[in-house]
Amino acid sequence: MVLLTLMAAITVGVVRLRNLFGVVILGGIYSFLMASVLIVLDAVDVAMTEASVGAGIATVLMLTVLYLTKSRESQSPHTPMLPLFVAMITAGVLVYGSEGLPPFGAADNPIHKRVAPRYLEKSVEETGVPNVVTSVLASYRGYDTLGETVVVFTAGIGVLLLLRGRRRRKKKEKPAATKGEAAK
Amino acid sequence: MKLDLIFRITTKLILPFILMFALYVQFHGDYGPGGGFQAGVITAAMVILYAIIFGLPAAQKVVPARLAELMIPLGALIYASVGAVAMLLGGEFLNYSVLLSDGPHGQELGILLVEIGVLVTVAGTMTAIFYSFAGRGR
Repeated sequence: MVLLTLMAAITVGVVRLRNLFGVVILGGIYSFLMASVLIVLDAVDVAMTEASVGAGIATVLMLTVLYLTKSRESQSPHTPMLPLFVAMITAGVLVYGSEGLPPFGAADNPIHKRVAPRYLEKSVEETGVPNVVTSVLASYRGYDTLGETVVVFTAGIGVLLLLRGRRRRKKKEKPAATKGEAAK
Repeated sequence: MKLDLIFRITTKLILPFILMFALYVQFHGDYGPGGGFQAGVITAAMVILYAIIFGLPAAQKVVPARLAELMIPLGALIYASVGAVAMLLGGEFLNYSVLLSDGPHGQELGILLVEIGVLVTVAGTMTAIFYSFAGRGR
């Protein structure tokens, strides 16, 4: 509860602050708080990812971007009414949707009924790996993780092409354009 | 940057431990929290820390940009080829039980290999993205 309050406070800070350096640092703190919340929820693997990716790599990448741009946010010429409206509608739909979810953490939720017990019981026997998260991730759900790896691969290639493409376009117009097509 | 003696010494001291921790997260993922993804990010963080303190050229001497870019498809290939090898040995795609004569140990080996694939891709991607961002300012 304390953590969630802190997170809400930081969100307000992020919205109000115009100094982008401060915003990036607040974003990092937000990620660490999120990681703490995940530890409280006993999801240590996810917490570790959140701390390393959200607070670590993302913050560093944001700082390198800041190095390339100005460090103060410029005033937007648009009125905030339409985005506010869209955000309110989305929030309303999400809150309405969360009413239909099964009670949090209850043992007889549908998610605990189907394959989860089998994984928990057979994991050590079938894979010899005590950490069920790892065995589900890499073995039972190996297809999904392969897909995730390919997503990371695609994202990396896409970013590299975008950042490289512009530099090359100065020399030659055509190769960069065709490569941009291939990225899609 | 040349005068930041404390930063430089501390970084030099801490780098091996970061790599050690990344490898621990990688290979201990079977028993504790962690795995290829987290280990890959920590490995990339080590390279990025080195690049921030010692400058981009010094980091690219240790981990050339070409190597980082090569790592991106290499990891995905490692992962997919483990699945393909399992298929060639008569099992289903990504069913590691056929990798060794003993089913569970085959699974363990398969998980280890695909986690290495994830590590290679993630570390390569993060490092390459950082390089291309940091290299733009010049």
